[in-house]
Amino acid sequence: MSDVGLTPFLVLSAFLFACGVTCVAVKRNAIGILMGVELILNAGNVNLVAFSRFNTGFRLEGQVFALMVVVLAAAEAAVALAIILNFYNNHATVDVDEADDLKG
Amino acid sequence: MSLPVVLFALVATATAVSAVGVVASRDVVRMALWLLFTLVGVSLVYFLLGAEFAGAAQLLVYVGGTLVLVVFGVMLTAHGPLRALHTRRAEWVVAGALGLALFALLTMVSLQLGTPQPDPDTERPGTGQLGLSFLGVVETSPSGRLSGVPADKALYRTRSAYLLPFEIVSVHLLVVLVGAAYLARAKRRVNP
Repeated sequence: MSDVGLTPFLVLSAFLFACGVTCVAVKRNAIGILMGVELILNAGNVNLVAFSRFNTGFRLEGQVFALMVVVLAAAEAAVALAIILNFYNNHATVDVDEADDLKG
Repeated sequence: MSLPVVLFALVATATAVSAVGVVASRDVVRMALWLLFTLVGVSLVYFLLGAEFAGAAQLLVYVGGTLVLVVFGVMLTAHGPLRALHTRRAEWVVAGALGLALFALLTMVSLQLGTPQPDPDTERPGTGQLGLSFLGVVETSPSGRLSGVPADKALYRTRSAYLLPFEIVSVHLLVVLVGAAYLARAKRRVNP
């Protein structure tokens, strides 16, 4: 993999991150926003693994951190889906614009 | 054009196209399908980077676990008009501009960063090394330059083992799943 440098991986990760941010900003469905967050976390993971490959002082920590992020993303998805299902049970919609019960 | 460059171009193009598909598709079910392709593409990127364990964990946990959760959520909530909620055009414009600006900024920074030269003496991180490092055991290279470990010992126990953080994450996952099951339990609907 020495033919492909660090920069293409970082650009791919930046593209995934931008897609995730756009997805979070533009979707009205709560599950769509959750998918955008997954994209953002994956972009961070690509960065971590790429640095662990190309940076000699960051050899194993990048992969270990990527594993931790994967597990925490699974936990986050479980809790977010529980909250979304609870919201759907109470309001019969998943439109985040309707979630304004605490509006001052 | 060597083989790694071609492979990287293919995998990166597929991943980027399916990420665009996640953003652009309006139907939630299609978004989930595009997200599946994106996650598989990211795991292929890990394999290209020589991080086999992380790629396998990505496939197992993300594609096998998290995406199934997301599909369950889609199945339980996506009925009729809720499958495609429409977004206003102004919101598309603002969000697209935000995404483009972020992408331009991050690309500029990555281009300035350059590629550090990998040390030719040390092996790339692999599955065995990663698994051993969970127990705090580090394989030294023949020249002994890996992490400043003396070269005469083949296996060296360091102070930084990753087993305790791994256990903490496991317990955290268990607690979170119990809490999620408690949150999502069936209740009577208040506003039908």
